[in-house]
Amino acid sequence: MGQIQLKQVTKSFGDVQVIPPLDLTIEDGEFTVFVGPSGCGKSTLLRLIAGLEDITTGHIEIDGTDATALVPAKRGLAMVFQSYALYPHMTVRKNIAFPLRMAKMDQAEIDKRVEGAASVLNLTDYLDRRPGQLSGGQRQRVAIGRAIVREPSAFLFDEPLSNLDAALRVGMRMEISELHKKLDTTMIYVTHDQVEAMTMADKIVVLQAGVIEQVGSPLELYRNPRNIFVAGFIGSPRMNFIEGPEAASHNAHTIGIRPEHIEVSTTAGHWEGTVGVAERLGSDTFIHIHGVPGCDPMTVRAGGDVAVKHGDTVYLTPDATQIHKFDAEGLRIA
Amino acid sequence: MATKASRSAARLMMAPAVVLLLGWMLVPLIMTLWFSFRTYLPLRGGDQGWTGFDNYVRFVTSSAFWPAVQTTLIIVVGVLIITVVLGVLLAMLLDQPMWGQGVVRILVIAPFFVMPTVSALVWKNMFMDPVNGLFAHLWRFFGAEPISWLSDAAMPSIIMIVSWQWLPFATLILLTAIQSLDSEQLEAAEMDGAPKLKQFYYIILPHLGRAITIVILIQTIFLLAIFAEIFVTTGGAFGTRTLSYLIFQRVLESQNVGLGSAGGVYAIILANIVAIFLMRIVGKNLDN
Repeated sequence: MGQIQLKQVTKSFGDVQVIPPLDLTIEDGEFTVFVGPSGCGKSTLLRLIAGLEDITTGHIEIDGTDATALVPAKRGLAMVFQSYALYPHMTVRKNIAFPLRMAKMDQAEIDKRVEGAASVLNLTDYLDRRPGQLSGGQRQRVAIGRAIVREPSAFLFDEPLSNLDAALRVGMRMEISELHKKLDTTMIYVTHDQVEAMTMADKIVVLQAGVIEQVGSPLELYRNPRNIFVAGFIGSPRMNFIEGPEAASHNAHTIGIRPEHIEVSTTAGHWEGTVGVAERLGSDTFIHIHGVPGCDPMTVRAGGDVAVKHGDTVYLTPDATQIHKFDAEGLRIA
Repeated sequence: MATKASRSAARLMMAPAVVLLLGWMLVPLIMTLWFSFRTYLPLRGGDQGWTGFDNYVRFVTSSAFWPAVQTTLIIVVGVLIITVVLGVLLAMLLDQPMWGQGVVRILVIAPFFVMPTVSALVWKNMFMDPVNGLFAHLWRFFGAEPISWLSDAAMPSIIMIVSWQWLPFATLILLTAIQSLDSEQLEAAEMDGAPKLKQFYYIILPHLGRAITIVILIQTIFLLAIFAEIFVTTGGAFGTRTLSYLIFQRVLESQNVGLGSAGGVYAIILANIVAIFLMRIVGKNLDN
């Protein structure tokens, strides 16, 4: 069990309110990702749930019981920190066993659980090493091991992959997703990387300045962003926004079209522009096109071997069914 | 940079410092060794020639030798325990965010700036004087008989004075060590269900291990040689005669330079044994 409910939770540091009243329910077994630009309050929100920060007003309920006043250890949650926060003077075995020793579990049970966690995480060969002798990815796994042996009702991850290099990050992303499938435990994951959010989440919570902008499944957010902020934040490269007469012709203040929903042609199309930088990734080419009225530059995704050069004139045609319309406040028009 | 000319210029520039330091160390060392093998009584016939190991045998067999070694070790160990324990506690206290932190930290460090002679005099006359001292007043205020600290409790008094001097040093080093502790580690321990006391024992104390060994090493080297505090307060009486004080007495009070020099050589050997011993522990500690 691991249902977490936030009811009218606020947090202020001195006079500054970083989280205005906020309601959120995280269902049992769900993989929820808090995503937003840095400083949006996502880590603070996680620390409020963990109990490492006191909430200013409101209630936190875990499995239906009020946990607002409980100390972190009594909430039954385990956390993986950005810096891993391993205990440097203890071996991997002792690191993983630490929460169990604190819970005064008997040694046989501790050994069993540590061995179990180590085999799940491929750490068996490293149990007698110290964290200083491990690579970044291994340290990350030890931190996860220390969390899973407690068999918590929910896991909290605070930007766990931001200290890893790109290749390792992709691998760990998969491992964490696999782990979630295997354990079927609630996980709350904080990241500023929308790719991590899209690939891992059952439910994404997009935050900006402590306010929840939208909650939904990855594809829901991608297809039906509630406002310009979510539309721009989810999806890579980000959505093109067009203002002015072009938008007015669609009865909107701003229209948005994703790079992957624009067709490039060298002969004819709806808009005309000149090619700026073309980023060739092999499978795709992201072309930045200048001169489209109301949007400069416009980013377009084309095939890997599209033959355009800097300075070429190209014609663009948006997929009319994929145009998102927003009003002057930035809210979506249905 | 490392051309031939620059290297020889560097040697030339460093030479005065090297020669001075070597002279500073070697001349007294060799003179000590030289005198330790001679009968040299400045007021009773001067240098009277070689005696072999006579001085060494006499120094060790003297009834004052072993008590002096014991006194030295008691003072060193006593001061180490007090400064490390209080140093850790003070460092944790000063690490807490509070109003006027900067001023408080400077105040805590202040005793280290007071010369040993001065601080011993202040303690002797202002605190421990059985008639006018602050402690005497305090005792009388509670209706107790004032203690004549420096005669009835001479050793604890000396340990107290020396500890007061060295506590700032320990606190300072331990404070910087404690500030380098990653706060996420404590938060992780908190999530793992460790109460404050266990967080201290399992996280903070191991983190401070290296700093504590350094404090112990440096303090031991200096504490083996404390002299001013004893000279100013008890003059070596009431069981406070340390090895360095015994050597001083042999040379200046008994006017026996040879005997004192032999004691000095023993002190050098003792200090080196302690230093090697401690260096090995520190080395082991610095490895991981």
